[in-house]
Amino acid sequence: MKVDMRVNIAGVTFKNPVITASGCYGFGGDYTDFYPLSRLGGVCLKGTTLEPRQGNPPPRIAETPMGMLNSVGLQNPGGHAFVTEELPRLTGCGTVLIANAAGSSIESYVGLVELLEGTAIDMIELNISCPNVKEGGMAFGATCEGAARVVRAVRGRTTKPLMVKLSPNVTDIVSIAKACEAEGADAISLINTLLGMRIDIKTRRPVLNQVMGGLSGPAVFPVALRMVWQVAGAVSVPVVGLGGIEKWQDAVEMMMAGAAAVQVGTASFYDVYAPVRIIEGMEAYLEREGFGAASQLTGIARK
Amino acid sequence: MLQKAYPLIGRTLIAPHTHSFSIDCPDMAALARPGQFVHVRLPGFLLRRPISVCQITQDGLRIVVEERGAGTEEMARLGSGDLIDLLGPLGNGFLTEAPHRRAVLVGGGIGTPPLLPLAEHYHKAEVFLGFRSADRAILTEDFEAAGATVTLATEDGSAGHHGYVTEPLEQHLARHGADVLYACGPEPMLKAVQALAAKYHVTAYLSLEARMACGVGACLGCAVPILTAEGVVYRHVCKDGPVFPAEEVVL
Repeated sequence: MKVDMRVNIAGVTFKNPVITASGCYGFGGDYTDFYPLSRLGGVCLKGTTLEPRQGNPPPRIAETPMGMLNSVGLQNPGGHAFVTEELPRLTGCGTVLIANAAGSSIESYVGLVELLEGTAIDMIELNISCPNVKEGGMAFGATCEGAARVVRAVRGRTTKPLMVKLSPNVTDIVSIAKACEAEGADAISLINTLLGMRIDIKTRRPVLNQVMGGLSGPAVFPVALRMVWQVAGAVSVPVVGLGGIEKWQDAVEMMMAGAAAVQVGTASFYDVYAPVRIIEGMEAYLEREGFGAASQLTGIARK
Repeated sequence: MLQKAYPLIGRTLIAPHTHSFSIDCPDMAALARPGQFVHVRLPGFLLRRPISVCQITQDGLRIVVEERGAGTEEMARLGSGDLIDLLGPLGNGFLTEAPHRRAVLVGGGIGTPPLLPLAEHYHKAEVFLGFRSADRAILTEDFEAAGATVTLATEDGSAGHHGYVTEPLEQHLARHGADVLYACGPEPMLKAVQALAAKYHVTAYLSLEARMACGVGACLGCAVPILTAEGVVYRHVCKDGPVFPAEEVVL
């Protein structure tokens, strides 16, 4: 029997539970030489702010054991260009489109989500967790009060399903997830990158121009899994798990911990086919194990 | 663009810690243009390594790699018959003019390899190559075999001109001029070449490198400052480059 790979998150149907993660997939056009976007459950587009952002000075990238650091700093063309230039290229692409909305103030978050009303965007992922910007970003996601303020302000101004992306660089991620849920978040995604750094012993200077950057890749997977487990046990809205997923087995683990879907990020940098391999591997596993639907995996390890 | 594991046909040590690899990849070679690069995945390392294409034939590609860190050291252990996982060809490559145009190629150290396909394109390229010492000199015979005239410079004077490659380059430009100039090498060399191209009014292109993750424009990691009509903005070595018009590069 064919496995039903569909999952539903906040009223949006994804054809499968694999979504490409924001910041790792541009605006959806960089991997179309390898497979069509329609293979994916969804695409989280590059983090966008109301005004254009240049991003941070280079070097922006450093390699780490089983991971990497980045300090891109939300380089993006701004909300207007996103809506008028990037989104039209994606019409009819056959997958769920998620805008990753970032900001440096409550007003800039609100201004951006208002721009997204009436567009082809299916869902908004509110980015309150970027570690690479001086204002806003992680500052809002670091406390329950900050997270609640942004979610409350945005919730009142958008009709789109709202997912909030959380930072792992906090003392108690569960209380922040609950604060977002209480203010009307329709879903929670986690984790954004872990703050880290490296030093070049030849130059005796930090590798990254900004000294610190966000750690991603397989190195962070166990931390991400643990946090998804904790948050999924504490909120009743759907949780989307991400952080270091590179194989279908990782995606299955993440869903067993309580995720309704997963996002795949850094893995695409070293294997362009990673998201597709994960979809195919998961489907074969579900069929082998006699599951009727992918959604049956969600939280199975908690029972 | 393709992503595939291809067989290595051979590896040759061409200078200390510098290896030439021949890769059996006719399908990728058919897509490749001078100045593009391939992104190499190595066992035990998360990120791919961007390596410029040194030669394009019907059968495949040649790349030249200097051992500079753990990743390239790992690559140096690969031998004939091993598989090598490539993503490519990536980047825009060099804009070329008609083959009879007077082209000048300037290479410094491990920046030399991507210039070789240009020597094959232009009928009589003038090539200026700079190395630390005679034993580090690479590809000089390959450039000559392609019909180019090679002027060598070494920092220690053990071969050719004693000093920087930009010194004989300036003499040449002052005496003969050029229609188009291409350079790849360390940043101080690129800066000097950029100034000479401006001084002698030569159209010039610089090939840049940067710490890179995806190689296809998705991650925005490999940013370099580029001068545009709107001022200095970040462009990306992988997708917008690696080659940029010299006057737009901010060094």
